[in-house]
Amino acid sequence: MITGLVVLAQATADGNAFAQMLVGGISFGAIYALLAMGFVIIFKATSVINFAHGALTGLGAFLVVAFATVLDFPGRFLTSFPEWAQWTANVLTAFAVAALFGVLIERVFLRPMVGEALFAVAIVTLGIDIVVRTITNDFIGTQPRPVGAPWGLNVIDLGWVIIAWSEVIQIVVTIVLLVAIAMFLRTRTGVAMRATAFDQETARAQGVNVGRVFSVAWAIGAFLAAVAGLFYSVFPRRATGVDQATAFIAFRAFPAVIIGGLDSIPGAVVGGFAVGIAESAANTYLGFEFLGNGFPGIVGYLLMMVVLLIRPYGLFGTPEIRRV
Amino acid sequence: MKGRPLLYTSYEADQGLLNTTSKKVMLGLFLLVLVSIPFQVIPGLKFLGQGGWLRLLSTTAIFAIGALGLNILTGLAGQVSLGHAFFMGVGAYTAVWLGGPVDGPLLGLGLPIWIWLPAAGIVAALIGVAVGPTAVRVRGLYLAIVTLGLVFIGDYLFRNWASLTGGAQVGRDFPPLEFRWWKEESPVIDFTTPSTWFGVEVSGIAKTFFLLALLAGVYTLLAKNLQRTRVGRAFMSIRDRDIAAEIMGVNEFAYKLLAFGISSFYAGIAGALLASFLTRVIPEQWNLFLSVQFIAIILIGGAGTVTGALLGSAFVVLLPRIVQNFTLWLQSLALEGEGILGAIANVFIATSQTDFGLINTMAGVGPGLSVAQLNLVLYGLLIIGFLIFEPLGLFGIWLRIRNYWKGWPFTY
Repeated sequence: MITGLVVLAQATADGNAFAQMLVGGISFGAIYALLAMGFVIIFKATSVINFAHGALTGLGAFLVVAFATVLDFPGRFLTSFPEWAQWTANVLTAFAVAALFGVLIERVFLRPMVGEALFAVAIVTLGIDIVVRTITNDFIGTQPRPVGAPWGLNVIDLGWVIIAWSEVIQIVVTIVLLVAIAMFLRTRTGVAMRATAFDQETARAQGVNVGRVFSVAWAIGAFLAAVAGLFYSVFPRRATGVDQATAFIAFRAFPAVIIGGLDSIPGAVVGGFAVGIAESAANTYLGFEFLGNGFPGIVGYLLMMVVLLIRPYGLFGTPEIRRV
Repeated sequence: MKGRPLLYTSYEADQGLLNTTSKKVMLGLFLLVLVSIPFQVIPGLKFLGQGGWLRLLSTTAIFAIGALGLNILTGLAGQVSLGHAFFMGVGAYTAVWLGGPVDGPLLGLGLPIWIWLPAAGIVAALIGVAVGPTAVRVRGLYLAIVTLGLVFIGDYLFRNWASLTGGAQVGRDFPPLEFRWWKEESPVIDFTTPSTWFGVEVSGIAKTFFLLALLAGVYTLLAKNLQRTRVGRAFMSIRDRDIAAEIMGVNEFAYKLLAFGISSFYAGIAGALLASFLTRVIPEQWNLFLSVQFIAIILIGGAGTVTGALLGSAFVVLLPRIVQNFTLWLQSLALEGEGILGAIANVFIATSQTDFGLINTMAGVGPGLSVAQLNLVLYGLLIIGFLIFEPLGLFGIWLRIRNYWKGWPFTY
């Protein structure tokens, strides 16, 4: 509320800064939207609150580094193609491997927990988070590892607003992925996934391969987390690249999930952009002097608290029906 | 009739804390061992009396207090909280505000321990009750993320309130564990420097250990008794089925709030003691990992049981030291490089830049995990492993052993 008033007051005073803030907020919000969407897809399909989403993000970002800069696979075999195509091929391979890791984690650690209390499963993912993050961090090392994005530090200067190429690509990719997932949910597998989300046992009785749905959900979640990890590690965000703190971005995306509602995919997108814009606004308009260091990092959580006070299941979440 | 196991002739005996003879004997022996540890009299346990191990045992006592608190909230009332570290931080900074030096550059009132220690618990409990309504309104998994938010908001506040906390990455000194009646020059009892008690030489760390073990004992008794009261049973009924509990007349909102308050009280006490014990603490100490450690303690120990919280604390606090010693032992084997043992050790330990190994013992050598990282991975795997294979934790293992011997040699 107060944030909103300050934003409005400033916006009328300085239109350019407002536009700049909005661009930053939307592109950062796209990262949160990707993370929140993966989180919600995993939750809907498997009823697992995935605290390991940060670890998946860090792992995905590291895999991008490994495939794009260290291994150069399969780019090294595509010498006849331009450099950006080689890089894209490398990154897509990394995403695929990240998705495989997602499937593997579900298969090894979470399949035995099917049917257990939701809380116990959530704590298992906390354990997975620690294990995967520690091992990934050991591979990342102490120095940041650049991802070698071909668009580098280039920007488009429109006069009244400056947009980085990475932001353009990021927003386009996010929109494409949103549409792709919306379409995917209408395919046969997508319908199976929605049926599983509704009721695992009944879906199984109708012939849905629930195990396969779990695997697909985790593959999508890990894939989206890897995409978010990549975009978090390029120019306007952290130009230095992937480091040990990259995984923590997911902890800032949790409020986005809750604001939208745990089980709503459109909610995740709305929540993601809301948190992104709120953080960007706090960064632009709420000064460093009286709020201290790191305030934008908790704006999402404050927003979440407010939303929960009004709507305990988020904006689009399904209220839990309590049957006696 | 007398002396027969499991035969009770009164409700008091059935509900008694020490309802069997073997429990009484075991508790007595345990207390005897605990008291004797700093004096290094029992062969085989002498190493525990040395400074480093005694520090770990003292830390165990502090963690046990914190874990008992989380156990009341998560184990008894069934409310998942990742915000325990935040309440510990609140307790610690209350303690330092009241107990810190008056003339220093940072906030402090110079009050004695009998004020700042209970106050740490009470202020944490009040804040717990204050944030409770938001937390109680949301249910189940939403709650886990709300309490997660508390840790991050608290982290931000602690880092920025420099006049109280000393500032990010700087921190401040906390009041020492010493007893004064009021603001006297020299303390009545000083728990950190060596002196003679009843004609026996006691080292500083031994005195700290005795104090913390005593406090842990008191809080254990309180937690154990809480389980046997109306309040404890109300908590458990909410955990098991909240609607059924409400129908039976349990006020869900009030009891959840109470569970938050009691749990935060324990957390505040544990936080104040931990900060005071470590003497200097940075604001980043009260982070998510600390909360996860407490979750790990009650899950590894066995959720909902007081014994489990104590076992889990000992396990989680002592594990890093045991892993470290084990790694050093493996390293010595690998470096000697003789026999089958040496060859096996060599697979696990990287001793030089070119050597392959899962664990490395020197920073920046090879791709292997450092000892600290190995500890983290083990934490994670233990949490996962216990939840998948032994949901009742160490307490469950103990129960199975006990029940096996109860019927021995019969299997039923």
